[in-house]
Amino acid sequence: MIDVNPKGEVWVFAEQEDESLSEVSLELCGRARELADTLGVKMGAVLAGWNVRELSYRLIAHGADKVYYVHDTRLENYRTQPYARVLCQLVTKHTPQIVIFGATPMGRDLAPRVASEMKAGLTADCTDLQIGEYTDVKTKQTYRNLLLQIRPAFGGNIIATIINYDRWPQMATVREGVMAMRSGDPRRSGEIIEEKIEFNDFDLAVKLIEKHREPRKVNLKGARVIVAGGAGLGSKDNFKLIHDLAGAIGGVVGASRAAVDSGFIGKEHQVGQTGTTVRPALYIACGISGAVQHRAGMEESAKIIAINWDKEAPIFGVAHYGIVGDVNKIVPMMIKAIKQR
Amino acid sequence: MGYNCVVCVKQVPDTSSITGEAMKADGTVNRAALPTIFNPEDLNALEAALAIRDEFGGAVTVITMGPPAACEVLRECLYRGADRAILITDRRAAASDTLATSYILSRAVRTIGTYDFVFCGRQAIDGDTAQVGPQLAEKLGVAQVTYFERLVDLRDRTARIRRNVGNGWEVLEVRLPVLVTVIDTANVPRPAAARRAMRYKRARTALEIAGEVKKATPQAVEAETAREVDKRLEALQAQGLAMEQWNLDDIQADLSWCGLAGSPTKVHRVQSIVLTKEGYTEIAPTQEGVSRMIHELVVDRTLG
Ligand SMILES: Cc1cc2nc3c(=O)[nH]c(=O)nc-3n(C[C@H](O)[C@H](O)[C@H](O)COP(=O)(O)OP(=O)(O)OC[C@H]3O[C@@H](n4cnc5c(N)ncnc54)[C@H](O)[C@@H]3O)c2cc1C
Repeated sequence: MIDVNPKGEVWVFAEQEDESLSEVSLELCGRARELADTLGVKMGAVLAGWNVRELSYRLIAHGADKVYYVHDTRLENYRTQPYARVLCQLVTKHTPQIVIFGATPMGRDLAPRVASEMKAGLTADCTDLQIGEYTDVKTKQTYRNLLLQIRPAFGGNIIATIINYDRWPQMATVREGVMAMRSGDPRRSGEIIEEKIEFNDFDLAVKLIEKHREPRKVNLKGARVIVAGGAGLGSKDNFKLIHDLAGAIGGVVGASRAAVDSGFIGKEHQVGQTGTTVRPALYIACGISGAVQHRAGMEESAKIIAINWDKEAPIFGVAHYGIVGDVNKIVPMMIKAIKQR
Repeated sequence: MGYNCVVCVKQVPDTSSITGEAMKADGTVNRAALPTIFNPEDLNALEAALAIRDEFGGAVTVITMGPPAACEVLRECLYRGADRAILITDRRAAASDTLATSYILSRAVRTIGTYDFVFCGRQAIDGDTAQVGPQLAEKLGVAQVTYFERLVDLRDRTARIRRNVGNGWEVLEVRLPVLVTVIDTANVPRPAAARRAMRYKRARTALEIAGEVKKATPQAVEAETAREVDKRLEALQAQGLAMEQWNLDDIQADLSWCGLAGSPTKVHRVQSIVLTKEGYTEIAPTQEGVSRMIHELVVDRTLG
C-alpha cells in the first residue's frame, strides 16, 4: 500500500512479448493520457524486457511522458514473480496514483499478484474509466479526483462504479478494444528512465521450459462486419446458419457468452465485457437478448441489426434495424437477399 | 509420501439461467430466484487435485467460503472423491472484495497446515475477475501457475505444468508448494460416485445440524438443543460424516483485513441503465422486408 498521493502519476503496464507491444497497452496509453490531463499530472508507462527500448518511442507517441524501462535478461520472457517484483518496486518508489493493465491473460495473471502485494484495490474488466468524486454517506467526507472504475455488474442491466479512496494505487484492468486506439504522434517527446530491479531467489524460482505461440485465428476486432449468434439459435447445428450468413456477407462470426457456454462455438468468438469489444461497420445480432455484458462489447458498432422473436428483448434498444421473428427463418432470408443483391 | 492438495471452491448463482422469472420489474436480478450451482471451473480444479491424489497418493481437502448454504458444494466434492471438507462461514466476512476473500482463504489454508498444491478455478462466473487465485498465491507467499491445462511431470516435489496463455501455451517448472488456477478445457470432471453419494449425503456441518434439531424440537430450551447438537455432531464425526465449519476466529484472521473493512474497492453507485429508445427501423420478417434492408445497407455503403 502506498500513501494517497494526489500528485502521483497515471501509469500503464506496457505489455510486450517477443519484442512487440500488445495493442491494448497503446489503447490504454490513450485513456491514461486523458486521465492524467484531467488530474494535471504526468503519465508513465512501465516497460520491462530485454532489448526492447525501441518500444518506448511508441508508448511516448501514444501519450506517455515517461517510460520506466527495466532492461534485464531475466525479463526476456514473461514470468509472474519477476514481473510482479518490477511493478511493486517501481510503484513503491514512484507512488503513482493509478495503474492500469490490459485484461489479457498476462495482465490478469500479473495485476492481482501486484495488487495483493501492494494491499491495493483492483477492479477487473472495466468498460470505462473516469475521474470523479465520492462522498462517504456515513462520514460525509468527500474524496475528489478519484478513479471511477466502471463495469457492468452481475444483476440485469446494472452498471457499477467502483472506487478505492484509501488503499492506493488505484488499479484496474481493461479488455482489449474497450478504449479506442488513437493514432500516435511521433513528434511527442518523453523521457526514458532506466530502472534496475533487485530480484531474490524466490522471484526467479519458476522456470520456463517450453513456449509455443500461434497467430490469432479469429480477428473480431478488425472485422468490418460481424454476424453474432446467441442462445436463441438453440443448437450447434442451427448455429451453422450464422457461419453461412457470415460467409455470404464476408463477415466474421461472433457469439454471446450463452452461445459459447452452450458449446455452439469457441470462446475466442465471444463478444462482450469478458470477450472482445468490437466496433464494426455492421453488427448483426441473431437470437441474442442483449444483456448489459453483451452490449458493453458491441453497442458502439456503426450499424446494428437485431433479430429476435421477443420484441421486448433489450437488444432492440441499441439496434438500428430490428426484425421481430424467428432467427431460423430470417437468417436464410438474409442469405438469399445478399446472394441476389 | 503423496501430495496434499487444497481446492478452493465457490457456490455461485447460475448466471446462464437469468430468465424472465429471475428478473424484477426494474430490470435487476432477483438473486433469490436464481438457482445456485457449483462454479464450473472449480470442478475442473477439483478434478486436477483428485487426479494427482489418485496417481501419486496424498489427500484432497476442499474449502469454501460463503453463507451456511454453501456447504452444498462441499457435499458435492465429497461425492466426487474429496477426503475432507471445510466451510468457512462468518457474517463478518460478508461484502469481502477479492483481496479480502483471498486473505481469508489464505488464513484457512494456513490453518490446514502443510500442503503441496492449492487449486482454484480460474474464475467464478458471477464476476469473471480471475483475481482470487493470484491474490491467494501472493498471500501464501508461493508461486502461481495460472490457466493450468495439464500436468506434464511431477517428481521430487517439482512439477512441470502446461498452461494456456490464450494465443498458445507454455510449460513451467516449479518447486512445490504452488498455487494453480485451472481452466475448463483442462479435464473432464468426474461425476459423483453413487456409493460415495449414498454415504456422504448424510454429511453435515454443525450449523445444518443445529437447524435440523431446532426444526424437530422447536420448544426445547437452548441448553437442551445445544446438547442434542453436540451429540449428533459427535456421532457424525465418529462416522467421518462431519463437515468442518470454521469462523474467522478459528482461522485467526485479522478482522481489519476481512469483510467491508478489508476491502479496498467499494461500490460507489449502481445504475440501472435505461436504454436510449431512440427507436429503430422495424423490418418486416418477410423476404421482401429483409431484401429491402439489405439493399439499403448496400446503398449507404455499409455493405461493400
Ligand atoms: C461477469 C459476467 C460477464 C459476462 N460477460 C459476457 C460477455 O462478455 N458476453 C456476453 O455475451 N455475455 C456475457 N455475460 C452473460 C450475459 O449476462 C448473458 O447471460 C448472455 O449475454 C446471454 O446470451 P444470449 O443473449 O445469447 O442468451 P439469452 O439471454 O438466453 O437470449 C436468447 C435470446 O434469443 C431469443 N430467441 C430464442 N429463440 C429464438 C428464435 N428461434 N428466434 C429469434 N430469437 C430467439 C430470445 O428471445 C432471447 O432474447 C456475462 C455475465 C456475467 C455475470
